Amino acid sequence: MTKFNAMNRRTFMRGGSAFLAAPAILSASRASAQSSKFTIGFVNPATGPLAGFGESDQYIMDAAKAAMAGIENNGSPVEIEIIYKDTQSNSNRAAEVAVELIERDGANLIVASGAPDTANPVADQCELNEIPCVTTVAPWQPYFFGRNGNPAEGFEFSYHFFWGLEDVIANFLNLWDDSGVSSKNVGGLFPNDADGNAWGDPELGLPKPLAARGYNVIDPGRYQVMNNDFSSQIAAFKEAGCEIVTGNQIPPDFATFWSQAAQQNFNPKVVTIGKALLFPSVIESLGERGDGLTTEIWWTPSHPFASSLTGETAKQLADGYTAASGRPWTQPIGFVHALFEIAADVAKRSEALDDPYANTAALAATNLDTIVGNIAWNGGAKNPVKNVVRTPLVAGQWQLDSGAPELVVTNNAEAPNIPVGGEMKLIG
Amino acid sequence: MEWINVIVQGVLIGGLYALFAAGLSLIFGVMRLVNIAHGDFIVGAAYLAMVTITMTGLHPLLSLVIVVPLMAAIGYAIQLGLLNRVLGDDILPPLIVTFGLSIILQNVLLTTFSADSQKLNAGALEIGSIPVLPGVDIGYMPLLTFVAAVAIIAGLQFLFYRTSMGRAFRATSDDGEIAQIMGLDNRKVFAWAMALSMAVVAVAGVFLAIRANFDPFMGPSRLIFGFEAVIIGGLGNLWGTLIGGIILGVAQGIGAQIDPGWQLLAGHIAFLVILAVKPRGLFPRID
Repeated sequence: MTKFNAMNRRTFMRGGSAFLAAPAILSASRASAQSSKFTIGFVNPATGPLAGFGESDQYIMDAAKAAMAGIENNGSPVEIEIIYKDTQSNSNRAAEVAVELIERDGANLIVASGAPDTANPVADQCELNEIPCVTTVAPWQPYFFGRNGNPAEGFEFSYHFFWGLEDVIANFLNLWDDSGVSSKNVGGLFPNDADGNAWGDPELGLPKPLAARGYNVIDPGRYQVMNNDFSSQIAAFKEAGCEIVTGNQIPPDFATFWSQAAQQNFNPKVVTIGKALLFPSVIESLGERGDGLTTEIWWTPSHPFASSLTGETAKQLADGYTAASGRPWTQPIGFVHALFEIAADVAKRSEALDDPYANTAALAATNLDTIVGNIAWNGGAKNPVKNVVRTPLVAGQWQLDSGAPELVVTNNAEAPNIPVGGEMKLIG
Repeated sequence: MEWINVIVQGVLIGGLYALFAAGLSLIFGVMRLVNIAHGDFIVGAAYLAMVTITMTGLHPLLSLVIVVPLMAAIGYAIQLGLLNRVLGDDILPPLIVTFGLSIILQNVLLTTFSADSQKLNAGALEIGSIPVLPGVDIGYMPLLTFVAAVAIIAGLQFLFYRTSMGRAFRATSDDGEIAQIMGLDNRKVFAWAMALSMAVVAVAGVFLAIRANFDPFMGPSRLIFGFEAVIIGGLGNLWGTLIGGIILGVAQGIGAQIDPGWQLLAGHIAFLVILAVKPRGLFPRID
């Protein structure tokens, strides 16, 4: 997949230099033609530590482009162009390429995903340059408050759909209630980064709502990411008799913690970690020790949704990706696809495709059943703030029964329309 | 008992840091080269071990039989073909070349192996431990890592001071020009030193890959402790590097026991204090 990206970047460079060589002709033609062209800028990490979030981009993008071929706006056909930019997992570069897309490529709409590191800088640039923007795959609090959003006003050009911390907390609590463990002491592993500080915050994070349901968080403090030694945390959890461990970690930190826990005879029955346990490759790398780990689930092939763009069900989309790439499905697939569903919908409904205000108005008026559920920024129950839609979140467990790790939904109390796939087991 | 555990685990982590640092210390000692790509070579060795294991089905530790000589050969070739060309009075060009190597290596690994997180599975060895005292367990893997670090440093020390190759290393390090007059080919000596360093890198890579996940980009973040261990111990002193690693590991452990937020800070403070008191490290090489 990365090979394709490299090729694309090169084609970009070629296209870009041609563009630079002929600015006069291009700008003239753009001004004169009442253009029915719609350019979608797509910013995502294809390389770097966040590359896992972008691994299906090429496949999704190609399929979306093919499906958008016959789109019409006000009765006339629209030529859709998608321009892909790799952030190299760097938020400065994400901002830079967003500006490039706006200023040089004349993007009419920008879409982005891949953690707050990508979504936030891209959305900021779009807001600044008054170009509509849709982002996803970042919990809405880091997205909204991380950009200094004011809930009373919201943003004008940037829109977002994903779940929030309140959803994660509710799902984790449901999981733990299901598990029936006796000790209510929960070990907390929170790194000193944006996510860790938000999750571990005594007021706004996990501790308060957990206490309300009778759980007590043992939080030894913030550690630095890429930690080599979790002995002090393990000792503290052992002393408190924790049977549940939770937190928000990156995969290498979780792997270090998890093998040290075994070496130091700490054997919790439930381990529910955000972020680290997202991708099947991580679970696979843990071998048998990956069995029974629990996590939040944003999207699976068994979600009862279908694409408004291709008509595919969630299962068909995931199977298509697996067939094309030979790799297991991952959760971002559905969300990246939904970005293009929304983009296509805007291209159909906008009153003037070359007017950013008309496009923004069309985006704001979106009411679309996508592959991740209904998206509408209409001030309904699912809009905690003006620019955010909360998508359904459930919880589940990685199970190795069939050999390969399988993500099974075990609790759907927060989103009952998503089917449960199995029972939760205790570790060990 | 808590504190005993903190110190024991800290010492064991120190072994890991020393393992990261030994190759770095060796190269710096012989040719005054700061190898920025060291961490990426460690990750590269981990991938090499992964490929070896998938192809042969060997146990990760046994894969060393193949990975160590292979990495040594790669080191020899890189030194002869690339680094020797930029080594000279100015220490900047080789530094920049290794910086470039680091970036190239990361992206080659990314295109070849994708961004997936990988880990070598050592089975029961990974999670087993020896209960030493109530509340103090020593895991097999950390113990093995520590023993490997001590053995490697003892071996390098023996090689440096008891063999003709070591004599050549020392002579070239002391005065390259005179050594050349005496009939040593500096370029070959450097190539052997790099080969040796890469053999150590191979061991570090395999132990790291068993210990935790690795991906193409994690080299640099693991490297900083290697640098600190080398400096604490005194540049070019191998036993000093081991002591430096242990001091770092224990300082971090004690910091973490107070508050995990202090873990890295405590290590860096120990580093700064030693640098302030003994700017050349605890055991600088006599020269």
